[in-house]
Amino acid sequence: MAKLKLEDLEKIREKVRGTTILREGGSRAKVTVHMGTCGIASGARNIMSTLLDEIEKREIKDVIVTTSGCAGLCSREPMATVELQDQPPIKYVDLTEEKILKIFDEHVLGGKVVQEHVLGVGSETTY
Amino acid sequence: MQELSLHILDIVENSIIAGAKDIGIKIREDLNKDQLSIEIKDNGKGMDKEVVEKVLDPFYTTRTTRKVGLGLSLFAEATRRSNGNFTINSTKEEGTTIQATFQHSNIDRQPLGNIIDTMVTLIIGNPEINLSYYHKRDDLDFSLNTSELKKALDGVPLDNPVVVRFIRGIFKEGLEEIGVNSW
Repeated sequence: MAKLKLEDLEKIREKVRGTTILREGGSRAKVTVHMGTCGIASGARNIMSTLLDEIEKREIKDVIVTTSGCAGLCSREPMATVELQDQPPIKYVDLTEEKILKIFDEHVLGGKVVQEHVLGVGSETTY
Repeated sequence: MQELSLHILDIVENSIIAGAKDIGIKIREDLNKDQLSIEIKDNGKGMDKEVVEKVLDPFYTTRTTRKVGLGLSLFAEATRRSNGNFTINSTKEEGTTIQATFQHSNIDRQPLGNIIDTMVTLIIGNPEINLSYYHKRDDLDFSLNTSELKKALDGVPLDNPVVVRFIRGIFKEGLEEIGVNSW
């Protein structure tokens, strides 16, 4: 294989530009992988790589994957938060490769929350 | 942490939380001197002297949500147990540089591990930050700078799947060329 060079990126740019959905139009979903010390030590990087591989494999162009710090629940890491447009964010805990693939398939792409891996559903009343 | 590349990911996340816009990672492997060193330099908000003195204590953190801060202390401990050393230089409002050295052949030195996954995670998770990577192994070196990538992409986002594949490829080739293939 010929060696990759920065100039190759310019070719990629022209090829990709036409197919890229402009972000102003909004993306379907945002997935935030928690990347604090606790998350990293328990496998968050692998969760991130699994997501990026899946996005690449399926050529999905409207899902944003990003990272954040520790959410304060270190014992439940790796964690990720899924936000679909106009819906409240959902936090998933104790993730593995299999779990994040299921969440990606059913929630991120399918719109259906994967209840069994959610941190908690519902809220307490204040009075 | 099982890999040095996980420590790097962790420390760079600290830099990002400290508001850094430019972060440089330098890895130098000198097999004759039996040394591996990792330098991470950022232009984040920095720390004052009192904080720097306390920051390697695992029971010190600037966070208020919990009482331990393990990232830097784990990295420092990793250098100590493999016959190396660890220094932090920080100036308030200017930035922080950490330097970790290891005895290359030490049996307790963690492997570098999957540095490509670390870099891709950092680049895709923080596209607005300029990350530079430099890796020297004996006489050969490899470097990559995300500001050059962004310039070449001219508005096409870094997290486009085709671009991510390219970034992985350029790292893999570059590192293999200098004899690094530990992932």
